[in-house]
Amino acid sequence: MLQVSNLTPLQRVALRFAVVSLLFYGVTILEGMLMRVHQINFDLMDPDHYFAIMGAHPMVGIFGSSFMLVFGAFYFLVPTLTKKTIYSQRLAELTWILMSVGVLIVWLSGFLFRYAALYTNYWPLPVSKEFSPYALGTFAIGNITIMAGIFIFCYNLFATIFHKRDEKEPMWPMLMSALGIDGFINLYRKITRKGTEKEPIMPLPIVAIFRGSVDTILDALVLGGISVIFLYHAAYSLMGTPQSASWFDALIYKNIYWWGLDLIADGLVLIYVAGTWYLLATLISGKKLFMQNIARAALLVELVVSWNVWGHHLLSDQGQPNLMKIVSGEMVTAFELVTMGIAVFITLTTLWQARPLKMTPQLKFLLGGILGFSLGVPAGIIQADLGMNRILHNTQWVIGAHAHMQLLVGLGMTLYAALYTLFPMLTNDVKLKSNALTNFHFWAHLIGGIGMAVAMGFAGMDGMLRRTIYPADATFKTEMIVAAFFGSLMILAYLAMMYNIINSIGIRGLIEIFIKLPALKRKAEPAIQT
Amino acid sequence: MIESSHVLGLLKVVFLVYIAIVVSLIARYAISITKPAKKKFELTAYHGKLFYGWMGLLIFVGVGIHILTFNKIPWVKWDLNRDKIKADKEFNISIADYKFTLPEKTLVIEDGQTVRFNLDSKDYTYGFGLFRDNGSLVFQMQVVPGSTNNLVWKFDKSGTYSIRSTEYSGPKGGNLLVKNAVVVASGPALAQLILENKTQSKTN
Ligand code: HEM
Repeated sequence: MLQVSNLTPLQRVALRFAVVSLLFYGVTILEGMLMRVHQINFDLMDPDHYFAIMGAHPMVGIFGSSFMLVFGAFYFLVPTLTKKTIYSQRLAELTWILMSVGVLIVWLSGFLFRYAALYTNYWPLPVSKEFSPYALGTFAIGNITIMAGIFIFCYNLFATIFHKRDEKEPMWPMLMSALGIDGFINLYRKITRKGTEKEPIMPLPIVAIFRGSVDTILDALVLGGISVIFLYHAAYSLMGTPQSASWFDALIYKNIYWWGLDLIADGLVLIYVAGTWYLLATLISGKKLFMQNIARAALLVELVVSWNVWGHHLLSDQGQPNLMKIVSGEMVTAFELVTMGIAVFITLTTLWQARPLKMTPQLKFLLGGILGFSLGVPAGIIQADLGMNRILHNTQWVIGAHAHMQLLVGLGMTLYAALYTLFPMLTNDVKLKSNALTNFHFWAHLIGGIGMAVAMGFAGMDGMLRRTIYPADATFKTEMIVAAFFGSLMILAYLAMMYNIINSIGIRGLIEIFIKLPALKRKAEPAIQT
Repeated sequence: MIESSHVLGLLKVVFLVYIAIVVSLIARYAISITKPAKKKFELTAYHGKLFYGWMGLLIFVGVGIHILTFNKIPWVKWDLNRDKIKADKEFNISIADYKFTLPEKTLVIEDGQTVRFNLDSKDYTYGFGLFRDNGSLVFQMQVVPGSTNNLVWKFDKSGTYSIRSTEYSGPKGGNLLVKNAVVVASGPALAQLILENKTQSKTN
């Protein structure tokens, strides 16, 4: 059982992030299943309600669950790997509080006021008469709060990487190393045989975290900035003087919004994931990372690629210039296949060097994560093609074969690999009680995730649109029933994992991660009869 | 002529085969990695070559897909050259307040005609998609307010199609469906349809 009093503040804050993340994950998959059941024509709710759920579902899933788990892990890993103290423990606490409150407010904007411009918020739908100013204002405040949490996280993280409380390392080489430029210099030295390669100052996972966080800041700037505009519109509408929406061109807005939003999907997620794979591969194998200079350099390429790929979201927008469609939408996007392929190769080869390895939960989930991205990235490359996009855009293919494959199988499995690795480190070696449940979690999540994504992919190829309900129309019922079956497997996987974790750390331990409970009264010793 | 149904049919097969290959490769890797190596692993020039070969393959596949579709899928060229293509017929369709306004009750197209669809949105971002009776998608595009949204398509098969908005425009967007709005025909069937449209517009 978990002894919270023995935990360091860093362990405790990381555990707080993890618990909140897992709870939000539960909400996300429940919402997902509610939508799925509705899609099988059970007619559970009216369209307003359905789309309010669809608006909340990705926000809770991405910011409440995925970001939260990643942030918690990084708050623990960055000081641990750099052997430094965290810059500010208070800011770390503030991060999870702001993000949780923000996600709850966004969720309430759907639950109470039926805000449902969905996470793409295409202009001018959010500021239109379709949603009340209360709905828009609540969503905006929630989103700004989440973004504030994200800024604080990045600030605290950068300050931890660069602060000089513990050693006298000069700033410039540290920055070069964090950007991965030393990887390029080493490669240059190796190819030209001029000079000797130098061991980089920053551990590779830190380089990935630093780079990914650059995208994290940029995306928070865009999404937060647009939420400020929403708040402005909501405030004027509340005062009875609604502002005209015509000042913002819908297509330019769409470009800006997708540039920011895509920094999550095609930027920080892929970079953080690559960094996590590298860390796990070295931890599991006990070997140095294979081709680490290439890995460092590739992470920088990935960052630059991530700033230039948003065009693949606008391949069906006929007002978008053809050149932008071809260069950003097709060609630069194709490089995501290369950067992800490099990460897969390096991770698998690093592990291979250490054969034989024991098939631990960490290794299993890591391979599951690699499998998820190996299936989801090519599906994305296929739809990022002018010919294919014309017949796949906004179908269930995009959100199933590509997005859910990556989110649930690729990212989800990678995060679980990290969770199972960090669990003993964060809890001072509490052992999970049941291996069988961990195994069940793995198989049910893997089969469920791939099965659901494939079923959605097939629905998409059969013409079923995303974000669309088909009342009294059974055309896609079979695909949706199959998707629901696999979705239920994922619910079972989640329940098994939660039961296992809670059973291992104890309900009391779980609560004490957040609040101190009164000390337990010891049972009176039975009187010794003489 | 290649149609979306052919491409999507092929994609289904490729998708399933690809999944089967990747899953079995990872499964094989997972089994092998738990077995002792026959000899001690040493990094050699071979591994470097393998790595650069792998990168080359990925670049080839990533760029090759676009070259393949550019050459094999006809609508890519129609799209890129649509400003220069002379259409046989042009339809101006507008969308406002969750309603399509079509120029005629039924959009009649003669088999073999090249058609330009000009779409205009008065309020939100919508979509414009043409669907077959079995629900499968022929093509779609976005309809963004303030943008020029047009698409050129060549029809070479008789059939009846429905129009549906393919972009979410709010919870009321589900109403944006016009069943059997487009008919492609030839011969007497075409003459009949044209006549019906004429009578309809007179009575209106
Ligand atoms: C059992 C798990 C899950 C199920 C059953 C599920 C189900 C669904 C369904 C039915 C949709 C609507 C698709 C449509 O018709 O457009 C959807 C959309 C979406 N889901 Fe999930 N989902 C699950 C988990 C997740 C997770 C964990 C995340 C994120 C971390 C996520 C992110 C998204 C996103 C981004 C969308 C697109 C929303 C939009 O189009 O605005 N899902 N999901």
